[in-house]
Amino acid sequence: MSDATAYMLQRLSAAVLAPLVLIHLGLIVYAIEGGLSAAEILSRTTSTPLWAVFYFVFIIAVSIHAPLGLRNIIREWTGRHGRSLDWMMGTFALVLLLTGMRAVMVIT
Amino acid sequence: MTKILTVKIWRGGKDGTLESYSVPARKSQTVLDVVTYIQRHLDADLSYRFACRVGMCGSCAMTVNGVPRWTCRTHVDKVSQDGQLIIEPLKNLEIIRDLTTDMVPFFEKWEKAGGRFEGKQSRADKITAIDPDSKKRLAASAAIECINCAVCYSGCDTVRARDDYVGPAALNRAWSLFNDEKHTGQRKLKKSVKADGGCYTCHTHANCSQSCPVDLDPAGSIASLKRSYSMFGSRS
Repeated sequence: MSDATAYMLQRLSAAVLAPLVLIHLGLIVYAIEGGLSAAEILSRTTSTPLWAVFYFVFIIAVSIHAPLGLRNIIREWTGRHGRSLDWMMGTFALVLLLTGMRAVMVIT
Repeated sequence: MTKILTVKIWRGGKDGTLESYSVPARKSQTVLDVVTYIQRHLDADLSYRFACRVGMCGSCAMTVNGVPRWTCRTHVDKVSQDGQLIIEPLKNLEIIRDLTTDMVPFFEKWEKAGGRFEGKQSRADKITAIDPDSKKRLAASAAIECINCAVCYSGCDTVRARDDYVGPAALNRAWSLFNDEKHTGQRKLKKSVKADGGCYTCHTHANCSQSCPVDLDPAGSIASLKRSYSMFGSRS
């Protein structure tokens, strides 16, 4: 992947993540402060497909964003680059995507 | 009684060491004055570069107490710590000897970033009028006063991390060419700047803009290139 493509994907996914992360954190604080039990939280997340869509988008953005950041760090700290690095990061993205999706499907 | 400065200077090549010298402090003394004093009075063997001594030529840049600076315009009393100076060659460039570095890669990267002007007119043609207040001309003007001292290049962490990164000075030059209406090589420039090691390799640490001795804003130029060559940029 070229630096230019990686840069654009990184920025676009960041733009998507910025509001989503804030809502996600707000949600956590709200749930904890309100003293909701796990069962109560689950009943709410499953009550509307909106949360499924929300976290579906969230996981996709994370699966793009995190491997690209890690890719830069690995490249600059170890000098590794080229196809092998792309494969490593592609695998990491897939792991994030699959585990993330699994979690989303369980709670929604 | 004359105050004495303790000055440690890098001697030798890559595997060299710091050597200590005692230099009398003077009023309005610059770091370059100190180095010149050492070479003339204490150690004629010391290798370093300078030319104009007035901040025009960009040849006397060195690392002073860990920070890259133009030494001819850097006053000792502004940068010395407890009467101590540590003077080393510029970072991110191979040391030839003592304070002299090999600047060739630095200038090769200007070429790599598409920094060579290309025009289509000859001296027989009428000169194209450029409106001095046009947006492009103002943007070009803001970037053209670079003295090629490599202070920004030496201060850049991304250059340190990646050999193929062309660095802030080369990209600042590219930004001035981007805005040069007489430059005919725009397509080539775009290709060079967008390539790996070009503007999208920068992390916007902005050490370049902080360290530029002539107050240019290479980080701003690079950010503008990133935007202009992205899907959100204006066509040119």
